[in-house]
Amino acid sequence: MSLREALKSGKFVVTAEIGPAKGVDVTEFLENAELLRGKVDAVNITDQQSAVMRLGSLAGCHLLKEKGGEPVFQMTCRDRNRIALQSDLLNAYVFGIENVLCLTGDYVTLGDHPQAKPVFDLDSVSLLQAARELEQGRDLAGKELKGAPKFFLGACVTPGADPVEPQLIKMEKKAKAGAQFFQTQAIYEPKKFEAFMKEAKKFGVQVLVGIVLIRSAAMARFMNKNVAGIHVPDEIIDEMDEAENKAQKSIEIAARLINEMKDMCQGAHIMAIGLESRVPAVLDAAGL
Amino acid sequence: MIISELKPFPEVLGYLEGEKKIFLVGCKGCAEVCHTGDEPQVLEMKQQLEQEGKSVTGYCVVDFLCDKALVKIRLLPHEAEIDAADSLLIMTCGIGVQATSAVVNKLSHPACNTINAGGARGEWRGSERCRECGDCVLDLTGGICPLTACTKGLINGPCGGAKDGRCEVEPEVRECGWHLIYERLKKLGRLDKMKAMPPPKDYGKMQPPKELRSTIMWALEQEETKV
Repeated sequence: MSLREALKSGKFVVTAEIGPAKGVDVTEFLENAELLRGKVDAVNITDQQSAVMRLGSLAGCHLLKEKGGEPVFQMTCRDRNRIALQSDLLNAYVFGIENVLCLTGDYVTLGDHPQAKPVFDLDSVSLLQAARELEQGRDLAGKELKGAPKFFLGACVTPGADPVEPQLIKMEKKAKAGAQFFQTQAIYEPKKFEAFMKEAKKFGVQVLVGIVLIRSAAMARFMNKNVAGIHVPDEIIDEMDEAENKAQKSIEIAARLINEMKDMCQGAHIMAIGLESRVPAVLDAAGL
Repeated sequence: MIISELKPFPEVLGYLEGEKKIFLVGCKGCAEVCHTGDEPQVLEMKQQLEQEGKSVTGYCVVDFLCDKALVKIRLLPHEAEIDAADSLLIMTCGIGVQATSAVVNKLSHPACNTINAGGARGEWRGSERCRECGDCVLDLTGGICPLTACTKGLINGPCGGAKDGRCEVEPEVRECGWHLIYERLKKLGRLDKMKAMPPPKDYGKMQPPKELRSTIMWALEQEETKV
């Protein structure tokens, strides 16, 4: 079942993500893909996450597709101008890749090539607009295409941002530009997410709540200090601190969060960040 | 010197949709030389706006609109006229629009595009920076330039990378440009501007025209050839 069909069916949808290797050894990538096969409805392949140069999302999606998986092609506007972005959208389509997550992208200085020239010719909103134009059989320059692609377009939003109103304004613009589903930044406060969803519901899109697996109390503190829009409450940090079996605890917390927010949205997007092997256990614990 | 040109009048009129009373601000700095913001152009704009049924509550031509302190002093005698207006129309470069926006509590619309001259020209810039993109978007952003205030130069709103109003790229020195824009538009009761969907920017307009790649020396040489 495609992601589009899964979301249409009304079931609670689960997506996960894998970051391709830095290099051409795809063994671990394929192992992770195998771990998730049949357990989740789709797998996002990150686009040089955190601006770190590595194997690309398109190649990763293609590999996953070959193995019978349902990939979500993550695209950022950091490294490509509108010519390359539109071309890669066409490339994805001819590889049978339908799901595209349109992102602005982290700034280059956060990654491992801080000397690089940042592009940002388009942004998440105009990338969605570009994809929509291509579907209409023309490009951003208004030129006609020989054969038009068809996509299932997604975008990202940060429900934990403070203030959240600018995020909601941009979310509405993304929905207007063509986003049909949203995968959110990680959120650990169900009450905050509930308030966010009350507003977000108005845009008529499907929302998958973001869950980042917490490795340790130190990781949670690090995210609180350094990652925009993420706030892990003290209770969760303490819980993690006191746990003897940290791995078990991280699974338990993720499953609990999913269950607490399950009725507020249409699915969950689990970002394991290297702990992909724990995703099936999270789903079991959450009863999914 | 900063080179500006008047935007097509219909574009300016579009910015003023739903607004009846306008206060005009001109500039006797570079905009005087460019014939975009000196008194004759301001008066011409006044007439054009009045023909379109707008009422002009007053106008003021400031020596250098890029100098925020000066703008504040020069606009002081016009306080009542500005209070009576729905918005201000600023006839100068992007820096002047931003400097005015920073000192008045009303939405300021740009009447000009600032053309790229391909190098610095010795003006004193404060925190208001203009990318000279040739297609000014300050109307949508409460008079704060998203190309210079946002690290990524985004025109459609904030990315997810701001924390406590600071940009994650250099939090110690950079505020999030879109946080500033949001706060300003919210204060002005004009968050509707933030919901606008501008087309992808035409970066072709950002290239300096050939004649502006040169210096005042170039201009003198041109004059000499005419003699």
